[in-house]
Amino acid sequence: MKHLLTTKQLTREEAELILDLTGQMADAVSGREVPKLPTLRGRTVVNLFYEDSTRTRTSFETAAKRLSADVVNFSAKTSSVSKGESLKDTALTLQAMGPEAVVIRHPASGAPQRLTQWVDGAVLNAGDGTHAHPTQALLDAYTMRERLGGIEGRTVAIVGDILHSRVARSNIWLLSKLGARVRLVGPPTLLPTDIDAWPVEISYDLDASLKDADAVMMLRVQRERMNDAFFPTTNEYARLYGLDERRLALMPGHGIVMHPGPMNRGMEIAARVADSPRATITEQVANGVWVRMAVLYLLLTNGDAQ
Amino acid sequence: MNDVKLIKGADIVGRGRADVLVRGGRVAEVGTPSAVGAEVIDADGLVLLPGLVDLHTHLREPGREDAETVLTGTRAAAKGGYTAVCAMANSYPVADTAGVVEQVATLGRAAGYADVQPIGAVSVGLAGERLAEIGAMADSAAHVRMFSDDGHCVHDPRLMRRALEYVKTFDGLIAQHAEEPRLTEGAQMNEGAVSAELGLPGWPAVAEESVIARDVLLAEYVGGHVHFCHISTARSVEIIREAKARGVRVTAEVCPHHLLLTDEKAHTYDPVYKVNPPLRSGADVAALRAALAEGVVDAVATDHAPHAPQDKDCEWSAARPGMLGLETALSITVAALGGPGGADWDLVAERTSRTPARIAGLSAHGRDPEPGTEANFTLVDPAETWTVVPTELASLSQNTPYAGMELPVTVQATFLRGRATVLDGKVAEEIK
Repeated sequence: MKHLLTTKQLTREEAELILDLTGQMADAVSGREVPKLPTLRGRTVVNLFYEDSTRTRTSFETAAKRLSADVVNFSAKTSSVSKGESLKDTALTLQAMGPEAVVIRHPASGAPQRLTQWVDGAVLNAGDGTHAHPTQALLDAYTMRERLGGIEGRTVAIVGDILHSRVARSNIWLLSKLGARVRLVGPPTLLPTDIDAWPVEISYDLDASLKDADAVMMLRVQRERMNDAFFPTTNEYARLYGLDERRLALMPGHGIVMHPGPMNRGMEIAARVADSPRATITEQVANGVWVRMAVLYLLLTNGDAQ
Repeated sequence: MNDVKLIKGADIVGRGRADVLVRGGRVAEVGTPSAVGAEVIDADGLVLLPGLVDLHTHLREPGREDAETVLTGTRAAAKGGYTAVCAMANSYPVADTAGVVEQVATLGRAAGYADVQPIGAVSVGLAGERLAEIGAMADSAAHVRMFSDDGHCVHDPRLMRRALEYVKTFDGLIAQHAEEPRLTEGAQMNEGAVSAELGLPGWPAVAEESVIARDVLLAEYVGGHVHFCHISTARSVEIIREAKARGVRVTAEVCPHHLLLTDEKAHTYDPVYKVNPPLRSGADVAALRAALAEGVVDAVATDHAPHAPQDKDCEWSAARPGMLGLETALSITVAALGGPGGADWDLVAERTSRTPARIAGLSAHGRDPEPGTEANFTLVDPAETWTVVPTELASLSQNTPYAGMELPVTVQATFLRGRATVLDGKVAEEIK
């Protein structure tokens, strides 16, 4: 594995290796006086972020630092990018610094794949447009494995704006690969066209979709989407596709509630549901660091230093 | 330069071998003419086609001479077997006045590699609001009769109706870029399974088909001639087929890339495959090929769209749409119509030369060699193949989607009024 661009490209074995390593990272660092491993000492990781994302950038930065890598944060807002420098020129500039890995977040789908043509180091996709967000899906899978005891045979409902969600796309490929039953739930306007070949069930009815769901993943829905007629009003959206306490009660007792953040409380998820013990939202954030450590470790050492 | 040429032994449009004597830029005799002192061009094993005519070329001059000029674009045209190209109006400034269309025509004459017939804009600045001075462009030295806002759809139905009516005074036509803009806001590629996976906003087929359906009805109502640029979907073919059966004055073109490539190419995220309308599905490709053979689609047009490196060497969504076409169109057309082995050369000539010449009103082009016709033709080697190398193309730009592909048939020579613009497969250094 040279880069991590999508979960679709991962084999089941690779995905399971990453999840196993994630657990080892958590175990190795937790409880240590100095929560750091020397594994990536002397290696440079560049965080190249073209979108504001404090949580993902911080998570990658923390992960790299816990592996003792040097971290360079390159933010589009404070760099020559805002003066109109092209992605290619920025890549060539970074390349001159010789980083072992570039973590990229970009609003254009496919930008990380383009970047692989211009830099020698490993490219980690930290979210590209509406295409993919593989480490988010991996941390979600890890969270499910921890909370549900496994993924094989579990039913996961992914609810909301599938059309614009890179999180949904990455989870669909990963979770189905790991043997889960994936169900997409949302209004037809927010589902992509021509997805008959996807390994998913489709439903427009949230109530009916919750009864056998071991996990429900609520996606962030931008309020502005109503201006493009994806749904009439935020109130109607919340009524039809928001997860409130009544709906939570429809789920099996062990079912968990996930959200990749940031949340719109009262829109796709009710505040009481978000704060309930059934919600794994802060766990997901914590697990994100372990997952990103595992991925950085794998890409930068090929697993050699294990 | 020798004014008398004897082209010996070519297969004339697939009908059999004959010698063609050219004198003073015109065909003097076809058959077994004797011509002492003529420059002899050995065309043994080659097929002679009437010079190709492109209804849809972006020459980029004036305005984007870093991507293409009239000179480099027409050199590319000649290399592809073309003797005439219709230059689209989306230059900078826009070709929406007599002055700009005359400038483009003048540049074409000065270059000398192919006849350049300017297309005028339908609306001022391609803005889709007010009619451009269509009459002035028609009456100008450029004799414009085809008008198009290509790159933009004439989406206002009232403006489209008026344009179709207005050009009737000189038997003109409106070449419509059929794209309902509200259905394609932010669109990056064909809407379908691939766009769903890649997370690129989709350009639905219905955005093209709905405008074609509307404009067929408008053309029928006012009795105007509508021509559809670069149709790309199976359903567009069906709408046009039905309109033609009813006798509506409608013609349509298809681009080579829509006859060969599909949206699967977007998996690379390489914007060399980004084009508008986008690459579609395999079923669309099959339907377009069948429609071209059948004649529902009248002509192959390149939509040759050169772009500077920085406009393609970037993220998909930041890239400009469009791809080169002039130097590869004939090869792909031959492949799409059955391959070089069983090529129906008469059909190839019909779709790439005679019919587009008729649509564009270029009466000196698209003519099989007969005594008295202008000597505008091309010699093709049906047995040879070639590999596309972007840096070896005559175009100033390199954004070909066929890099590395092996394509059938090569252009050996092209003649414009008897002068060789291409000889032995090489573009002439200059046209004297």
